[in-house]
This record gives sequence, C-alpha cells and structure tokens, in this order.
Amino acid sequence: MKKPPLLLFSFVIIYLVFLYAPIMLLPIFAFNDSSIIAFPLSGFTVDWFVGLMGENTLHRALKNSLIIAITAAVISTCFGILTARAMARHNFLGKRPSFGLIMAPLFLPEIIIGVALLIVLIQLGISLNIWTVILGHILICTPFSVSILYSAFNNMDKSIEEASLDLGETRFGTFRRVIFPLVKPGVIASLLICFTISLDEFVIAFFLTGVEPTLPVYIWAQLRFPSKLPSIMALGFILLLLSLILLAIFEYYRRRSETLIGNQPS
Amino acid sequence: MTSEQNDNEQMVELRGIRKSFGDLEVVKGIDLNIAKGEFFSLLGPSGCGKTTLLRMIAGLETPDDGTIVISQQSMNGVDANKRPTNMVFQSYAIFPHLNVGENVAYGLIKQRLPKAEIRQRVDAMLKMVDLDGYYNRPSYALSGGQRQRVALARALILEPKVLLLDEPLSALDKKLREQMQDELRRIQRTLGITFILVTHDQEEALIMSDRIAVMFDGNIAQLGTPKEIYDKPLSKRVASFIGVMNFLKGKCVGETKTDIKVEVATLGQVSFSRDLVPEGVSLDHLNIGFRPEMFTVLYDKKEKAENTFMSEVKNVDYYGDMTYYTLALPNSDMDITVSMRNTSGRYVYGLGEAIRVGWRSSSLLILN
Repeated sequence: MKKPPLLLFSFVIIYLVFLYAPIMLLPIFAFNDSSIIAFPLSGFTVDWFVGLMGENTLHRALKNSLIIAITAAVISTCFGILTARAMARHNFLGKRPSFGLIMAPLFLPEIIIGVALLIVLIQLGISLNIWTVILGHILICTPFSVSILYSAFNNMDKSIEEASLDLGETRFGTFRRVIFPLVKPGVIASLLICFTISLDEFVIAFFLTGVEPTLPVYIWAQLRFPSKLPSIMALGFILLLLSLILLAIFEYYRRRSETLIGNQPS
Repeated sequence: MTSEQNDNEQMVELRGIRKSFGDLEVVKGIDLNIAKGEFFSLLGPSGCGKTTLLRMIAGLETPDDGTIVISQQSMNGVDANKRPTNMVFQSYAIFPHLNVGENVAYGLIKQRLPKAEIRQRVDAMLKMVDLDGYYNRPSYALSGGQRQRVALARALILEPKVLLLDEPLSALDKKLREQMQDELRRIQRTLGITFILVTHDQEEALIMSDRIAVMFDGNIAQLGTPKEIYDKPLSKRVASFIGVMNFLKGKCVGETKTDIKVEVATLGQVSFSRDLVPEGVSLDHLNIGFRPEMFTVLYDKKEKAENTFMSEVKNVDYYGDMTYYTLALPNSDMDITVSMRNTSGRYVYGLGEAIRVGWRSSSLLILN
C-alpha cells in the first residue's frame, strides 16, 4: 500500500488527538483515586461509580431524562413519519413553506428556541414541568426524524404500493404489510437519534425544566462543587458508552434502511 | 350472432374514456372493446396515453370522463383492490422485504386462505412460470428475467379476469425477451385469461397479439389484427411506426370505372384497382407506401417483373438472414430501402454496384 503524504498523515493525527483526547480523560479520571482532577494519577478506584448509586437527585434526574427522551423520540418520530410521507408522496398548497418551517429548528440557535418557548409558556400561564421540556425537544427532534425518514419514503418505488393495492390489499393493509416494513429501519434510526438528542440536550431543558432537572441540567448544577467532579467524570463515562452503543445501533439500522430500499430496480 | 350474444363475449369495454393531467389531455375519448380470452396490445410511442389507459383499467387512475366495464360490471367507483384485474408492472414492483414465495402468496394471504392451500397454489404457480424450488429465494437475489416471472406469478395466482402488462419485457435483453414473449403467449393460451399488453415495441405487439390498437396522442389511430395493421396501415404515421416503410409521392393521371392510373414519383406509371384507395384521399397528392420486402432484387438479366428500375447501392446493412439495401431512386435524390432474404448462395451487393429491382403494382399502399 502507498504511504500517505507526511502532511496529510500528521493532520489526521492532530485532528484525532484534538477530537478524542479530552474524551479519553473521562475514563482516566473516572477511575482515578483522587478528588482533584489533575496528573499525576494517584491510583485505581471504582468509588466514584459506587458513589453514583447513592445519589437520589441523580436517579430522579436520570428518570426525568429517560421519560422525556422516550416520549420526545416517539412523538417526534410519529410526526416525522407523517411529514416525510406527505412530503414524498403528495403535492399540496404551501408544501415548501411548511417543509421549511418544520426544518427551521435545525438551524435556529437552541438558546433562541429555549427563551422564546419560555416566554410563550409563561405568558400562557403554563407551569414548567417535564412536559414543557418534551414540547421543546419535539420541536428540535422532528427535523432530524423528517430528514431520516424522507429519504426512506422518497426512495421507495411508487409501483410497489400500487402493486399491493392491485393484489387486493387495502390502503391500511398496504401500509402495514409493505410500506412500514420497508421504512422500519428508518423509523428505528429516527427513534434512536431523537432519543440521543433529547437525552443530551441542555439549553432548552435548562430553560423549560421546572423543579425536576434533566440529567444534563443536573450535571451542570453539580459542576459548582469541585468535590463532585470525579463523580461527574464517572457519570460522563457511562453516558459516553451508552451514546456509542446507541450510535452503533442507529448506524446499523440506517444502512439496513438504505439496502432494503435500494434493492429495487428502477 | 345477435348483438346481445356479442356483448357477452366482451371482457373489457371502454366508453368515451378521457383523462387529463393538468392542462395536458393524455387520453382523448377512447372507445374500445376487448374480447374474452383475447391477447390485446396497446401499441404506441411513449406519451401516447397507452400506460394511462392501462392504469385506468387497473383502477390506479380515475378517468375524468367515460365508463370502464369489466365482465359486464361498471368499474366506476371501484378501487384497484376490488377489480378483477391484476397487473405486471414495468419495474416489476417485487416487494423487496419478502422472498419469492411470500411475494407470490401476497394476494392469497390477504384472502385469509388456509396456509397449506396457499403453499400448494404458490408452488403450482412457481412451477408454471419455471421457478420451481425458488420459494425461499430472497427477492434481491433474482435476475431481471426471474423478477419478471415472480411478478407474473404474483398476478396470475389471483386468477384475474384480465391480466394487465405494462411494458413487461422492456428491461430484458433481446434473447430473454424473445423467450418471454413465447412463454407469455403459452401461458395466455393455457389459462385463457384476457391479456392487455402495453408496449412501444411494434415487433413484440405483432408477434404476441390477437389484436392491436395503435395509439398516437391519446387516440386510437388504428385497430386490427397484426396482419391488418402491418399490411394495411391506414395512415402514414401508423405505417412508419410499424416496421420499415418507404414513402413516395404520387398522383392520379387517369381513371376508369374499376382502376386508376397513378404516376409514382420517379418509378413510372402504374394502374391498380380502386379498392386499394382509401376514402377521402386526394387523388392529386397521394402518399404511397412500399415495404422493403415488396421489392425484389433481380439477380439475373433475364428475370422478369411487372415493373423494374435500375439503381445504385448507397448503403448495405447485412443482418445475416437479411440484407437491407439503401438505393438511390432513379433521377431523384431520395433513397428507398429494399430488403432481401439471404438464401443460400445468394449474392450480396457491395457499395456503388449497379442493381436491378422489380416490384408489383398491387403491393403498393395508398395512405392517408
């Protein structure tokens, strides 16, 4: 094999170090037997992980985050399925503008969305709770869901649906037996990506959460106490592993979606 | 035969069918009867409305106007999934997430038949389309020809009254296409189902059909058996679409009660029966058509023909079984195409060689 040019090679190395070295610090200090985050390391311990078990506020924050993430993922994906299907198959008045509006949160700064939603909710006299966070997360997750599912719906040969109708199946039966199985990998990918986005999201959650913090908000609050830092490192390490696993599953389903749909002769 | 009996023979009746997409009218009022057990072809160039017409019969499009009757039942307001028709799509539309057997069983599963019966019927149908033992084959592992057979089996297993085929062979290579043409014909004869084929391939339509409707611009230009369409095209357009046709100008120079005398541009004067002249043709500006095979190359100087002319070979297309010569018309810059079968030992002329050609007055066609 040809050796890569030195310049390109060193660029790649520097890039990777810059990107991943800070993340590598997480497991290092998560297992370090010292409450001060600094080299040299003092020794190996799992105390920080054990400590996490006893944190009741953490457990509540985790529970809130999971409820929010699962609910937001399911609702966003339902919206995504409906929107993507409509965009791919139907022509209607105001199609482009409405598509633009749905996708807009992808480009708007989250802090703007967060503040704007907060003002509206307060004006409406709605008290902040888990549901307000879910509302905000649906807003930012739906564009991701739509963009994943749009290609799944759009790449599907229209005559496949027609063939199903022609063979005597109803419209609903066609959705159940043909359309949904074909877009299912896309739906799973959408659920996973929306779940991950919601779980990680801080800014909107920070504005819209009431007395019940989400996990990122909890972590942010804990950063004020230096003694808590190693526990946060341990927590961060767990979240990192979880994200990697979810990402791997997401990628698997995204590719399956492409191969399934891509198999039809055009 | 009374007209009532005649009506009972009809499988598909189209009455005044119209369809527009936006401002474009693609089907302009079509009336057509297709008989039970007939192999019928809708033949025309792309955009002539033939596929739209087929899709309206299937129920995948709704006519703006007119009635479709299938087997004495009006199809107005009847959805595609309730019609006694099944379709083979141009792209085959094989369900990619199902294997061969599940694809073929698709319609039967909807009918909630017992599993054993479904399996038995699917196996029998796979055998019929020569896919014996392919039940568990995943659909992505199929070749183009095999996909075609799956699509066919999937439609035929529901025992439709009418099978609709939308350019089913256009994606196959020449050898496979010819093989499938024979096979479709065999299956159609065996089952006795009415087949309606949409194609732009005139040869395919001629080989396979009992009757052909040639369509241009949303209208039927001519309806007839393959032989009628080929031998007696009504218009210049039909004539040039079906097979190769030479067009010459002509004008009437004399008439008797039974015959007319025509001056054919640069080939001379000939007389023939009035019966060959369609109604409404201007005798001063005649469009005359000649099939390439209506000319005969005269290899021997002593060989006689009703009319002859001398020419020069301008181009030779050698097909093995046939040779097509492009010849200069005498005293003209126009060309005509002449074909000869290459029987054993027959000489093939080269470029620039002098050639003597014979033809019969009765073989020319007067076109609208």
